[in-house]
Amino acid sequence: MPLFEQIAEQMPIVFRSLNEGFLQTLKLFFVTLLGALPLGLLISFGSMSRFKPLKWLTRMFVGIIRGTPLMIQLLIFFYFPGLVLKQNIWGSGEAGRFAAASIAFIINYACYFSEIYRGGIQGIPVGQEEAGLVLGMKPGQIFFKVKLMQMVKRIVPPISNEIITLVKDTSLARIISLQEVIWAGQAFMKGSQGISGAIWPLFFTGVYYLVWNGVLSWGLGKLEKKLDYFR
Amino acid sequence: MAFLQVENIQKRFGNTQVLKDISFTMEKGEVLSMIGSSGSGKTTLLRCLNFLEKPDAGRILLGDQLLFDGAVAQTRKAAEIRKKRLHFGLVFQNFNLFPQYTALKNVMLAKELLAREQPDYKENKKQIHQRIEEEARHLLSQMGLSEKMNHYPHQLSGGQCQRVAIARALNLQPDILCFDEPTSALDPELTGEVLKVIRELADKNTTMIIVTHEMAFARDVASKVIFMDDGVICEMGTPEEVFVHPTQERTKQFLGNYAGSL
Repeated sequence: MPLFEQIAEQMPIVFRSLNEGFLQTLKLFFVTLLGALPLGLLISFGSMSRFKPLKWLTRMFVGIIRGTPLMIQLLIFFYFPGLVLKQNIWGSGEAGRFAAASIAFIINYACYFSEIYRGGIQGIPVGQEEAGLVLGMKPGQIFFKVKLMQMVKRIVPPISNEIITLVKDTSLARIISLQEVIWAGQAFMKGSQGISGAIWPLFFTGVYYLVWNGVLSWGLGKLEKKLDYFR
Repeated sequence: MAFLQVENIQKRFGNTQVLKDISFTMEKGEVLSMIGSSGSGKTTLLRCLNFLEKPDAGRILLGDQLLFDGAVAQTRKAAEIRKKRLHFGLVFQNFNLFPQYTALKNVMLAKELLAREQPDYKENKKQIHQRIEEEARHLLSQMGLSEKMNHYPHQLSGGQCQRVAIARALNLQPDILCFDEPTSALDPELTGEVLKVIRELADKNTTMIIVTHEMAFARDVASKVIFMDDGVICEMGTPEEVFVHPTQERTKQFLGNYAGSL
């Protein structure tokens, strides 16, 4: 059978598999963002705390997470409870692997986000806080009503970068056998559903990433434009 | 008893004693100009009055109310200070407008937030906001900014920004309005329009303390002038006394720099 006819025949099977894998990729992507965006803010407050021990502990933690590969963190988060504590807190199967991967990703990305937030907050001129103070605002009001929008404007470009990286980083979860899109594509090299030795599905996994990152870049670019109404 | 009494204020940053035992008084409706070279402590004194810096020692009294006493811990607490600083308004050298809000919202914001603390806020929310907006619009038109209310700060000139900042400070009806070199960031033309607004306020008997390097303006607008040098009040008196008949060598020397413009 000529190659192209063979590929055409395999396509429905492959795409069903890749779609399923990409769904898992998307799930991990959104869960990470949902957890890491707010957690990062909390961590950034810790790293800016006037209470020195909290500040140094937080900065040390961020340093460790940022200084080691996400892949190690995935392995440790996944295997440590079972192997060392003799307690498999993640549960079994794909759901367990997803839970472990989510936690590792959320913590890792929250640390990166926290540094971006910190830069965003500390980059706001002191005069903004002082203006709020002399107008009788409370610290919370100064943060939410004065600083937050200015911070958001400052952090959109660097956060966009991280988000694009996150899309691609989700593939690391493959190390604990999370069945994301690359895992699904690779399966057809090893042999799955009657197809083996096929590398073309792997190329298509790349297309999934490209398209999704394209959509995200477009959306984040729009957001950046929207915040152009002030300087 | 004087309206504002500042007694023996001291402030040090690290090893530098920036304010050494500053005392002065002023009356309601008076305009006080503070002059002196950079680093003489004028701005720090103004920031102490607005509690952006906490004096190390000394007392600040307004009317019969003790606002600050370096020796009384209670008056040093942040929550206490928040309420008391509303007696003072401050206009900054760099305006410090909130860039994400229009001119109108810049003026309204603080008052809207304060209104939430009123006991009847929930029932009369709509009317309260309406009133705040009306007042803000009125103030901005007084500043000659009727056309600019919905502009964002980056769309305004420096002089317009500073006038918005003045309206913003006035909107909280402070007992004393302070200006920290309000025209130092402006070119001569824009300086003129801001000084005009301040003069109009003086004509309406607004109590003001103005730190400035505009000597002619300081002399003309003030009823009292303080010349500061190296953290102390070197000379204090009417504009006539300080500018025309200074008694201190240092004052003469300083004013000599402005001989042409006075």
